[in-house]
Amino acid sequence: MTDVLDAPKLSSPLGKPIKRTEDPRFITGQGRYLDDIKLQSMAHMAILRSPYAHANIRSIDTSAAKSMPGVVAVYVGADIPYNPMPMAWPAGGSAGLQNNISTPRTLATDSVKWTGEGVAAVVAETEAQAFDALEAIHVDWEPLPAVVDAEKAIADGAPQLHENAPNNKVFEWTVGDKAGTDAAVDGAEVVVRQRIVNQRLIPNPMEVRGNIGWYNPGTDEYTIWMSSQTPHIQRLLLAAFVMGIPEHKIRCISPDVGGAFGTKIFCYPDYAMVLFASKALGGRPVKWVEGRRESYGSTIHGRDHITHIEIAGKKDGEITGLRVKTLANLGGRLSTIGPGIPTTLYARVLSGCYKIPNVYAEVTGVYTNTTFVDAYRGAGRPEATYVIERAMDLFAAEIGMDRAEIRRRNFIQPDQFPYDNPSGLGTASGGAKIYIDSGNYEPAMDQALATVGYANLDAKKSEAKGRGKLLGLGLSTYLEVCGVAPSKWIGAVGEGWGAAMWESSNIKVHLTGKVVVTMGTQPQGQGHETTYAQVISHELGIPMEDVIVQHSDTQGTPFGYGSYGSRTSSVGMTAAVKAAGKIKDKARRYAAHMLEASPDDIEIDGAEYRVKGSPDRKKTFQEIAFALDLAFDAPEGMEPYLDETAYYDTPNCTWPFGTHIAVVEIDEETGVVELVRYVAVDDVGNKINPMIVDGQLHGGIAQGVGQALWEGAIYSDEGQLLTGSMLDYAMPKASGFPIFELGETVTPSPVNPLGVKGVGEAGTIASTAAVANAVVDALGGLGIRHLDMPYTSQKVWSAIQSAKGGQA
Amino acid sequence: MGEHISMTVNGAVRELDVEPRRLLVQALREDLDLTGTHVGCDTSQCGACTVHVDGKAVKSCTMLAVQADGAIVTTIEGMAAPGDGGALHPLQTAFWEKHGLQCGFCTPGMIMTAADLLANNNDPTDDEIRHALAGNICRCTGYQNIVVAVKAAAVVMAEPRGSAAPASV
Repeated sequence: MTDVLDAPKLSSPLGKPIKRTEDPRFITGQGRYLDDIKLQSMAHMAILRSPYAHANIRSIDTSAAKSMPGVVAVYVGADIPYNPMPMAWPAGGSAGLQNNISTPRTLATDSVKWTGEGVAAVVAETEAQAFDALEAIHVDWEPLPAVVDAEKAIADGAPQLHENAPNNKVFEWTVGDKAGTDAAVDGAEVVVRQRIVNQRLIPNPMEVRGNIGWYNPGTDEYTIWMSSQTPHIQRLLLAAFVMGIPEHKIRCISPDVGGAFGTKIFCYPDYAMVLFASKALGGRPVKWVEGRRESYGSTIHGRDHITHIEIAGKKDGEITGLRVKTLANLGGRLSTIGPGIPTTLYARVLSGCYKIPNVYAEVTGVYTNTTFVDAYRGAGRPEATYVIERAMDLFAAEIGMDRAEIRRRNFIQPDQFPYDNPSGLGTASGGAKIYIDSGNYEPAMDQALATVGYANLDAKKSEAKGRGKLLGLGLSTYLEVCGVAPSKWIGAVGEGWGAAMWESSNIKVHLTGKVVVTMGTQPQGQGHETTYAQVISHELGIPMEDVIVQHSDTQGTPFGYGSYGSRTSSVGMTAAVKAAGKIKDKARRYAAHMLEASPDDIEIDGAEYRVKGSPDRKKTFQEIAFALDLAFDAPEGMEPYLDETAYYDTPNCTWPFGTHIAVVEIDEETGVVELVRYVAVDDVGNKINPMIVDGQLHGGIAQGVGQALWEGAIYSDEGQLLTGSMLDYAMPKASGFPIFELGETVTPSPVNPLGVKGVGEAGTIASTAAVANAVVDALGGLGIRHLDMPYTSQKVWSAIQSAKGGQA
Repeated sequence: MGEHISMTVNGAVRELDVEPRRLLVQALREDLDLTGTHVGCDTSQCGACTVHVDGKAVKSCTMLAVQADGAIVTTIEGMAAPGDGGALHPLQTAFWEKHGLQCGFCTPGMIMTAADLLANNNDPTDDEIRHALAGNICRCTGYQNIVVAVKAAAVVMAEPRGSAAPASV
């Protein structure tokens, strides 16, 4: 890594590895996360959660709990008049498509659908008293048969979760040309078929979720502090959809957020619960913080697909068709955008970076008695990448072609952009479309192959074999779609997303020349306070230390849709660039007034506004701000003060791509898989801060590797979560990773002025498939052509043993 | 109510009454308002609550507060030199300069564990660092820059005194 820099005083900080401005508070223990907040007279809430995966609630007796020490109140679902949680993104796009929707209520009323669904809440003076009182609540349960597996859930005779969802189907959604794909696949020279499982993951940001609700009886207004990626959206959803009150009656504040990875996008029942309780208690603030074990049932899970792949093509390696059927397990009820993930964000990018002419996918959303499933880092795109990258390897193995060569053979070529992929990105109704706008895939792959020494792979395998190790190398030439999204596309009729997706930024220039930038996006560890300041410092020609970046409070920031889908740099920061442009335009006009020149004759060089041809006639940005704030001499028609807001709706998504290569060694005796090298060449466009970009890649790669090697949520057939704590769920540790070797190509995005694409998810999208392909490559010599993740030593050892037995 | 205990926390004697079941991390966070020590799990896996007790790194969720009676406790708030503008501990500086943190939630525990490692091994290898941090989970960084930061701090701390670096406990 390049040495990091302190913020430069004169030259632009854009594109430089500037040390993060938010770090001093975090390294000294002065961060303020949700649970660090104490309010006067604050009470504590604990939630009683279902011990059954599927049960009816006959009755709940809270009388004993109410008389427990310190207990202030006990609530059950019937006490709460709110609507169920909203469904913001049902599956959409197909004619006649029906979504059978059931979302959670603040507390369950009649039945529970997974272990962990909330059924009662205790508010007490202390957290310990609240937990003590939970034990005294008696629920008369009627346990029901449960089903946790999506294939079993749609089978005849399966327990039924919801009356409105026959066979437990949330939706049956299709995309692409069925007839064309059927013809291409059924008539192909070569077809390879494989069932693959993309296992359920528990996201596990290090800070669990929590909220503090406060109702102010004097103003009839609510404030909620929430560990959220989307405070503005939560205000909208809670007010308009859940509580039925005017939006301006709720203020949402996200303090420092300790990681999120998608989990903190959504509208959770506990938000409504703390607000209800605070109002019921006459305005006492009520805090709730989930425990880690509790979070496995109260915060969303990710992935959980079962997919049948059919990939078709010619013996020369040309891929001509891809037919995919996926069952997406969405849990016992639906999270806020659960159905949108395995449909639009998955199936519409199934063909990756390849020009496959015929693609058709059927996706069935399924209810099971499990925790709800929604967007987890990458959200649909890791699942799609896993499908297509495994499929390419399977096809290459079938025809005996080199895995790099088959990718090269099928890449969309640089002169083929803009490219409409056939799984439907360009076919949204309403005239809106998004298309793959740019890319150059071979140089990234060639660089990665050279770095890893691909030409010497056979020699390396032989050397490892001599040490009792099976060496495998896996490629993942991924394509990501991020920077969501053009509003008219995401909101197109039939697409289903019920909102726009623009972003906003406001810039105020104080009398002293200090600049305050506010935005509608919401950091969770990405360093937005640094990167926004880099951009605005560059745009206005002022030192970074003069730029303060504020966010996370619906009071004081312009409305924004929040941070997820790797959209902050490409959408949010473009809004900030636009706002800076408005500031400069007004400053230019005022400079012209001060210098008695025409605005057209003012040239801007950093913070200097000069008369063209008379370089001595100039004003600094600070002088202009000072004079315009005082407004003693503002010209007719010009408003005082430099204060501009901009909104930006991107014309297209952005398309990062790259090649990741994993090298693993498997101990043939024990089945232990070791990741020994990891090479990543990514093209995320221009970089605002390459240090932060590298960090995003490191963390993203580790999360994807975690899925391949260790992680997986496991339920018993009865619906008990067997991986129910960090003791049982395998979180990646430092000792599991080599140094990641990062390279880059830079193809600026053509859709935004910064040329940025986004990097928050790329590592995760790419790395799972790279490691999976490496493990299967290592086992290929034993005749193993596929193995489902995670590659625990037990699973790999068993596969080796059965393969050897089969050979004997 | 509860038991009376006395601890020296970040150099100051602190007296408090705690329920016998109160964990050390709860006493630090809730009774002493030292919220830099975090709680990331409930099974002692994540290490976000790591502090030093009598000079050794301890997960403060694994100890009752009453067990710390009479102990010398250092938290992340006590790592920089005392006073306004006090010099950062070399590990704090290194985490900042090497981008060893993103969301920052695991960072205090990482720094406290790494300080214990460096007190016993002033020139650790990458492997030694990665194994020393086995009880500290980070979900953001992929650990790479944490390892880089600990190595960088080790170099600074191995230099002869004279820099402003305060001693680790």
